[in-house]
Amino acid sequence: MNLANKAVFFLRGIASFVSQEPREANTEGGIFPAIFGTFILTLLMSVAVMPFGVLAAIYLREYARQNWFTQTVRISINNLAGVPSIVFGVFGLGFLVYFTGSTIDKLFFSNSLPAPTFGTGGILWAALTLALMTVPVVIVATEEALAAVPRGAREGSLALGGSKWQTIYRVVIPAAAPGIMTGLVLAMARGAGEVAPLMLVGVVKLAPALPVDGLFPFLHLDRKFMHLGFHIYDLGFQSPDSDAAQPMVFATTLFLIALVVLLNLGAIAIRERLRRKYAVGAF
Amino acid sequence: MQWGLFSQGFVMTQNTETASSEDIVVNASELNFFYGDHHALHSINMQIPRRKCTAFIGPSGCGKSTFLRCINRMNDLVDGTRMEGSLLLDTMELNSETVDVIALRRRVGMVFQKSNPFPKSIYENVIYGLRIAGVRNRALLDETVERCLQKAALWNEVKDRLHTSALKLSGGQMQRLCIARCIAVDPEVILMDEPCSALDPRATSSIEDLVDELSQEFTIVIVTHNMQQAARISDKAAFFYEGHLVEFGDTEQMFRKPANQQTQDYITGRFS
Repeated sequence: MNLANKAVFFLRGIASFVSQEPREANTEGGIFPAIFGTFILTLLMSVAVMPFGVLAAIYLREYARQNWFTQTVRISINNLAGVPSIVFGVFGLGFLVYFTGSTIDKLFFSNSLPAPTFGTGGILWAALTLALMTVPVVIVATEEALAAVPRGAREGSLALGGSKWQTIYRVVIPAAAPGIMTGLVLAMARGAGEVAPLMLVGVVKLAPALPVDGLFPFLHLDRKFMHLGFHIYDLGFQSPDSDAAQPMVFATTLFLIALVVLLNLGAIAIRERLRRKYAVGAF
Repeated sequence: MQWGLFSQGFVMTQNTETASSEDIVVNASELNFFYGDHHALHSINMQIPRRKCTAFIGPSGCGKSTFLRCINRMNDLVDGTRMEGSLLLDTMELNSETVDVIALRRRVGMVFQKSNPFPKSIYENVIYGLRIAGVRNRALLDETVERCLQKAALWNEVKDRLHTSALKLSGGQMQRLCIARCIAVDPEVILMDEPCSALDPRATSSIEDLVDELSQEFTIVIVTHNMQQAARISDKAAFFYEGHLVEFGDTEQMFRKPANQQTQDYITGRFS
C-alpha cells in the first residue's frame, strides 16, 4: 500500500467507526448508536434545563424579595451542585422512573401493562435526571449574568414607561445572554460526559433501536439508548474479551473528548456572537 | 412640622412674586423623602413652571437628584424609600399607592448622567418607548424616528446609518440619542440628571443648545454641577443644600443677586 492508499484506508476506517453499528458484542464495528444517543440526550437535557434554570434565576434575582428565605434557596442550589451524581441517578430512578413513569403507564398505557412503557429507564428520564443535576450550574451562572447588567440599562427602559417584564425581556435578558450561554455550556459539558446516573435510568450496552427514527411519533422518549461514556465503561471493563476491545475503548474515549470540546466550542462561538451583538455600556 | 426644620436655621427664600400667575406643572408641598432612616429631603416646597427650564444646583448629596427622581418615581427602584407630603403633576398626586408609574413615566421622561442607549440599532432605540407601548404602525414609527432625531439635532449625522448599532456613536451623540428616545414618547416633563457631566465641552454645548430649544416645547428640569450651564440655559433655578431647598427663583435674579448668603457663597465658589 502506498501513502494514498493508506490514507484512504485510514479515513474509511474512521468513517465506518462513527457511522456503523457495533458487532461482536461491541468489540467490532462502529459506535454510531452511542454517538447518536449522547447527542440526543444532551439536546433533550439542554431543552429541559434551559427554561427551568433561567426562569428560576430570573425569579430569584428580579422578583423575589431578598430575605432569609431566598438566601436559603440560593445556598441550597449551590449545595445541589456538589451532590454526587449517582445520588441524582437514585433520585431519577425512584421519583421519575418508578413513581412518575408508573403513574403515566397506569393512566395512558394501561393496555400494554404489565410490560412498562415509561415505567422503566428511558432517554426522557435520563435527560431529566441530567437536567436536575445541571440546573444549579445554569441558575448560578444566570443569576450572576443578571446581576452584572448595568443599572443604567434597566433605568433607561423603566424611565420610558417600560413595565418590569418588558424591561427584563427586552433589555436585561439580551444583555445577560452571553452569561446565560456560559452557564449552558458548563451544564452541557458536565451532562454529556456523565455516566453514573445514566446507569440507573436507562442507558444500555446495546439498544435495539435509536431514540429517533422514521416511525411515528419519530422521537421515542421511552426508548433505552446507548451512550459514549457508558460504552467506554462497558467495553473496557464489562466485555468478556477486554483485550480485543482495547482499541475500541481508546478510540471511543478520544471521540467523547472531541465531542465535548466541539460542543463547548460551538457554544462559545454562539456566546461571542451574542456578546458582540448585545454589548452594553460601551461608553 | 414635626421635623423641627426651622430650628436648623434654613429659611426658604422665594425671590419671585410672579409664581402664582405662572402655569405650574409640578407642585411639591411639604415633601419629605427618606432612604430608610436617612432623611434626604426636608419639607420641599416648589412650583415648577410649564415649558420652562428649571435647574437644580447644589453640592453633591444635597438631594437634588433625589427630588428629580421623585418626579418620575424612579426612587421606587431603591428598597426602603419613603415619601411624605404632596407632589402634584398637574392635578395628579404622585405620592400615592395608586399611581400608575408606567403611565407616569410616559408623561415624565428622563435623561441620565451616563448615556444608556440600548444595545440595539439607532432606529430601535428611538422607538423603544413606542414599541413597548404597542405601536406597530410602520409609517408612524418612521416618521417619529425622523422627527425626534431632527429635534435632537442628530438626524443629519445618522440618517444614513439608522440601522447600525447605537453603541458605535460618540458620547455626545449617544446622549442626544437618549434625548431623542425620551421625546419620542412625547412627555410633558423631561428630567435631566447631569446630562453633560461625562461629555467634552463641544458635546456639552450642543446639548445645551438642544435643551434651550426643547424648553420651548417641554418642561425641562435639569440637575447640574456647572454654574455657568445653569445660568446659561435655565429660566428658574433651585439651590439645594443638605436636603433643604434653600432658594428658588428666577435664574437671572438668583445669579445676579441671591437672596440667601449660602446661595451666594455656592454660586461664587466660596463654599466650604
